[in-house]
Amino acid sequence: MKCTFIVYRFDPAVGKEPRYQEYMVEAEPTDKILDCLNKIRWEQDPTLSYRYSCAHGICGSDALMINGRIELACQKLVRDFKTANNFVIEPLPLFKVIKDLVVDMNPFFEKHRTVRPYLISDEDPPEKEWLQDPENQKFFEPALACIMCGSCTAACPINRSNDKYLGPAALLRGFRYVADSRDTATGSRLAQLDNEDGAWGCKSMWWCTDVCPKSIPLTKSIAQIKRLIKEEEKRKTAGS
Amino acid sequence: MKHQFDVIIVGAGLAGLRAAIELGEDTSVAVLSKVFATRSHSGAAQGGIGAALGNEEEDNWEWHMFDTVKGSDYLGDQDAIEILARDAPRTIYELEHLGVPFNRTPEGKIAQRAFGGHTRNFGEAPVKRACFAADRTGRVILDTLWEKCLQGGIRFFDEFQLMSLIVSEGQCHGVIVYELASGKLHTLHSKAVLLATGGYGKVYKTTSNAFASTGDGLAIAFRAGAPLEDMEFVQFHPTGIYKLGILISEAARGEGGVLRNNEGKRFMELYAPVIKDLAPRDMVSRCILEEVRAGRGIDGKDYVHLDLTHLGEEVLNTKLAEITGFARTYSGVEPITEPIPVQPTCHYMMGGIAADADGKVITDSEGTPFPGLYAAGECACVSVHGANRLGCNSLLDTLVFGRRAGKEMRRYIHTVGFSPLPANPEKEAAAKIATLMESNGNETGGPIRKELQEVMMDKVSVFRNRSGLTEALEKVRELKGRYQKIAIQDKGNCFNRDLLDAIELDYMLDLAEVITLGALAREESRGAHSREDFPDRDDQKWLVHTMFRYSKEEGPQVFFKPVTITRFQPKERKY
Repeated sequence: MKCTFIVYRFDPAVGKEPRYQEYMVEAEPTDKILDCLNKIRWEQDPTLSYRYSCAHGICGSDALMINGRIELACQKLVRDFKTANNFVIEPLPLFKVIKDLVVDMNPFFEKHRTVRPYLISDEDPPEKEWLQDPENQKFFEPALACIMCGSCTAACPINRSNDKYLGPAALLRGFRYVADSRDTATGSRLAQLDNEDGAWGCKSMWWCTDVCPKSIPLTKSIAQIKRLIKEEEKRKTAGS
Repeated sequence: MKHQFDVIIVGAGLAGLRAAIELGEDTSVAVLSKVFATRSHSGAAQGGIGAALGNEEEDNWEWHMFDTVKGSDYLGDQDAIEILARDAPRTIYELEHLGVPFNRTPEGKIAQRAFGGHTRNFGEAPVKRACFAADRTGRVILDTLWEKCLQGGIRFFDEFQLMSLIVSEGQCHGVIVYELASGKLHTLHSKAVLLATGGYGKVYKTTSNAFASTGDGLAIAFRAGAPLEDMEFVQFHPTGIYKLGILISEAARGEGGVLRNNEGKRFMELYAPVIKDLAPRDMVSRCILEEVRAGRGIDGKDYVHLDLTHLGEEVLNTKLAEITGFARTYSGVEPITEPIPVQPTCHYMMGGIAADADGKVITDSEGTPFPGLYAAGECACVSVHGANRLGCNSLLDTLVFGRRAGKEMRRYIHTVGFSPLPANPEKEAAAKIATLMESNGNETGGPIRKELQEVMMDKVSVFRNRSGLTEALEKVRELKGRYQKIAIQDKGNCFNRDLLDAIELDYMLDLAEVITLGALAREESRGAHSREDFPDRDDQKWLVHTMFRYSKEEGPQVFFKPVTITRFQPKERKY
């Protein structure tokens, strides 16, 4: 069937202003939106740029806007949309556009680094594995599905008004290590997140959870950080 | 622009990152990748990583070694396989200590599950040997290693395409790379270079591999004088989603899933009476196609059913969450109540850059090293997988041999200084780009790539024969001729995918030629290489590694390398 794709174009070498270009694509209902972009590039216009790699929603390269909603281009099929075969494709919001659908993800990964996204333990590891309660592993397991595609952070309204706010993806990584029983830096991690640029910046708008292509309960995970901060406070008060 | 590091690592998957961690503490090291590091294809690995921990039931490394040797159809080098199996438990504990969030047993140990070809007591019955984090094992290991690199301050060059190796007087001392964002070339001068560029499944039409899996590192090393080993051995994973090739992990069968034909029959019981659906991948892929040939494909088509409906919602939504999602999204099937349509998909390359167990690239059958050049992971052939890799041995391979390559490079760089760079090292790469950009030829890359992928799928996949392979070779060479006339339409310098596609296509054409030549040369059937005109394994003549050396004038030149056999003499391979 014939589909119309209206695609955001921007080339810094050509002009300052973005424009929209229309393409007609012959697509199957089971084609991914990524397949359609590839058809445009391979058959009509090789100058179109976008990121992609695994093409099945696990590498996190191809988050963008389809008909005004943030999606992975490789995880949505033509048949998933009821828009009379018309598609508007735009880059992720929030981030600076480098070319066409390619955005600068550096600020996103900078925030990721600040949550110390690695296991910290002041204990020497045992000869074999550290034992871990399977319930503990299950507690933070939803956070492991994150593919760092940036969808949640791009969608978050708080991020748009406060560029210092860590954003849902970095907070989720923070939660993953706060919750891991093997990590012994829990106190300092919670202290780092105990402010308006951290967990309290989240106003539970749920936009991140709504757009997450891996269905991660982001808002709830951030709420868990808030709960753990409160528990830590209570524990300290009780102890003093 | 020029940069200098002791070691340059090309590729940010598990092999590259593990080597970087090994070196990072006291060595200047840079990791470069054509995709952002966490987009590397190691992240797509699903089911598990093998090690005889014995956490769920009795196991030992010698059983693991035997299974790997037998799985390789006796072509794997047993000294290297022994290293792999013995070092596996240490590797898992190391990952766990780095923070990898493995699933746990009720008592809190690392949980394990069954996987194809892994058995107890030399083939008696399946054994639980695969350590896993749901079905996103590669994802969590990749993330953990990348984050460890961030902690260690490793320098990353993300979105840089490898163009060439800097080689003078037979020694490698750096790389030339192309920056995607700016279109500029950079010279990275080093004492050692590790190639960890992964596989090249994109040579085939139906594949589980990422778009980035085009074998750049292999083709570049090959042209620089490094031989390629056992390239005819291409693994087709039995359970790719019908038509799409997206992988449904072997863990689905490890957890109890079964394959059924159009009569609803569990056909693997006939072909592998002992371990049934957990037979190795080469066998299961052949069995699926045998069923299809016998008219027992679903609806008369070329696929069968993977039935997970008896596993229950809990197992599917927790231990197999990703693949359950893939089936829902891409084939519109609900695995809790319906079987998943599957067919073999190109998944893994056993062949690669000939390397020893310390990651040193070797140049001949005696093992003479290529000074300064190293390879690890899927792009290398050590050879631990021989003619067929067992599931959950590839993640292990990347980590065991990535680490060993790191150790060896650390030793090596203290024995040498920085060699002076040749005059104008970027000249060749610049000329290549200029030729492509300025060409006014009448070909474009798209159709050439499509025809290449189709002919390789039709003639050089699970079953092969002389006439088909000869046709494929002619076709690949015709495409190589047409490639000389391709023109780039995007003349820009910023994320020029048109140019990158053309560069990758050049590499894929070279590799397709060597795969086909190897398949033509090897007149026997062994592991994943199944010749209809030579249906039997021939240990008298073919218990050897196939090696190809590049020659600009005469095309790839074949020679052979003996197989190392230590503990297990070749036997008939039955499951």
